[in-house]
Amino acid sequence: MSSPCLSIKNMTMAYGDFIIQRELSFTINHGDIFVIMGASGCGKSTLLMHLIGLHRPLVGDVFYGEQSLWQADYKARQDLLRRTGVLFQSGALLSSMTLAENVALPLTEHTCLSAQRIRQLVSYKLALVGLAGFEDYYPAELSGGMQKRAGLARAMALDPEILFFDEPSAGLDPVSAKLLDDLICSLRDHLGATIVIVTHELASIFAIGTYSVFLDMETKTMIASGPPKKLLAESKDPKVLRFLTRGASESSSFSEMKHKHEIL
Amino acid sequence: MTLDIRPANIIVNCNAPFLELVIVGDWLLDSQIADLELVLVQLGDGSKFKKLVFSTESLGRWDSLLMTELIRIIAYSEEKGISVDTKTLPSGIQGLLSLVSALPEREGVRRHSIQISWLEIIGNRALDLQSDINALITFIGNLTLSVVAFFRAKAHFRSIDLWRNIQDCGPSALPIITLISLLVGLILAFVGSVQLSLFGAQLYIADLVGLGMTREMGGLMTAVIMSGRTGAAYAAQLGTMQVNNEIDALETMGFDPMEFLVLPRVLALIFVMPLLCLYADLMGIMGGALVTVNFFEVSLIEYLNRTVNAIHLADLSVGIFKCAVFGVLIALSGCMRGMQCGRSASEVGDATTSAVVTGIVFIVIADSLMTIICNRLGI
Repeated sequence: MSSPCLSIKNMTMAYGDFIIQRELSFTINHGDIFVIMGASGCGKSTLLMHLIGLHRPLVGDVFYGEQSLWQADYKARQDLLRRTGVLFQSGALLSSMTLAENVALPLTEHTCLSAQRIRQLVSYKLALVGLAGFEDYYPAELSGGMQKRAGLARAMALDPEILFFDEPSAGLDPVSAKLLDDLICSLRDHLGATIVIVTHELASIFAIGTYSVFLDMETKTMIASGPPKKLLAESKDPKVLRFLTRGASESSSFSEMKHKHEIL
Repeated sequence: MTLDIRPANIIVNCNAPFLELVIVGDWLLDSQIADLELVLVQLGDGSKFKKLVFSTESLGRWDSLLMTELIRIIAYSEEKGISVDTKTLPSGIQGLLSLVSALPEREGVRRHSIQISWLEIIGNRALDLQSDINALITFIGNLTLSVVAFFRAKAHFRSIDLWRNIQDCGPSALPIITLISLLVGLILAFVGSVQLSLFGAQLYIADLVGLGMTREMGGLMTAVIMSGRTGAAYAAQLGTMQVNNEIDALETMGFDPMEFLVLPRVLALIFVMPLLCLYADLMGIMGGALVTVNFFEVSLIEYLNRTVNAIHLADLSVGIFKCAVFGVLIALSGCMRGMQCGRSASEVGDATTSAVVTGIVFIVIADSLMTIICNRLGI
């Protein structure tokens, strides 16, 4: 289960002349729960945009397996991206459609299944995320957590190999966030999907992440990669440590320093 | 992806009291499968078999397709009192099944579509109309209060907002007003010339265009343009602010949204509309002159002289007054629909649509009323 599923080679991202991150290279293996982390504004979500084909990198490329995403023509790129599902930060459900219509949308567009079977599939996907019976509700009638889970049901509609999550636990209470983490884990286990998560939620990073990269805003590149727990235990970089300990490493060194001063 | 897809099927092995379902082949969304009604028929009504087991040795790849079928079979069996041994399924499927049943459907959550009779629809519409009128009256009342506050210099809004709104709905609208009014004047002249040139009265095209533009068309065309341009923009701006909780934020900071958001917009439009109307009248008369001077033997001086003689101050002021009223109506419908907007993206679209529709309906009704009143009063 450790063959490369998605890899980024020497990629530089920019908006116009403004470089967001440069020279990113990493590989995501099958079955990973891969965490892209970093402080707010460091380009995590932008990186996600590049991975899912919404934004073209300035330099470098994204590879799905062996196939290049940005060398491919439009048609081939669409085919590659059909193997992915994306859960956006706020769910991004189409507000003029019911949940059932939202989940059915990719199914009616990309498969030739009968209406009856699509209805069954929609019910199954909604039940999978714990929203059984909510088929005929509009997104605005649901709570934030439920909207997010409905967004997940839509992302999974076509049984994708790779699921992308943008800040899945943002705006959720700790219990809902934990339930969503558990759901992500069990989906990975049972569906055999690869998961890519953009987040800065430490609890989820340590709970479910199997591998991670840390993007730094100042040097504009990735400064650490590895399993999150290992990074916490072994990283020497003060920025990474400060992030992974919510600034505790800094304040402890500060108190140590203060302590030394007092001794002197 | 080039692997052969083996046909998906379920083979039923009956060795009572067990019923064994042998699942074979690749169960992928794109693959065709036979109808599984037969399996359900074989299961019977629960009297023949007591237990359902699965055999999945020759199951190939699978996805949601298999899951939906299994869920259907299991639900049917449970309904008939047949126990299902899910332990005989692969662990991945077991996990998904337990996930599906982890959060069972809550009582009373599902909605059932009910056929509504046409009488009920009409009744609901009438009730909606009543609450619509209530909302309109409340809105007008609140607006009046904030206008009163404005004249007592007690309204809280940023004067920069007022100036920006005036810029947006005044000078920025000039190009489209120029184009439309010029063309309307042109059309009026052409239509009139067909009849008037029959008895050599081409000079009177000036009367027709001048009176037509100042009394009616200048104001009406300006109002229709501004309803589509500014009324819609107001509804969309306020609606989006409603969706983003910006209006709630203003309220918590102690601002009255009526004063802070609606008042500058309404004032801007009331201030700008008469000026735009005057400009539209002028453009229309120029359009008429363009036709008359070029196609008929009338000089520009003659045309302008005739126009000056034909139009009285009363005509001009009626037109401008009407246009000011239209301005109030456009601002009212735009801001009201924006403030009433719901909390989702699609509702911003609905608010914009209904702002323009309401605006134009108001304009046409008000215009007819005012024309009748002027006619009776002999203005």
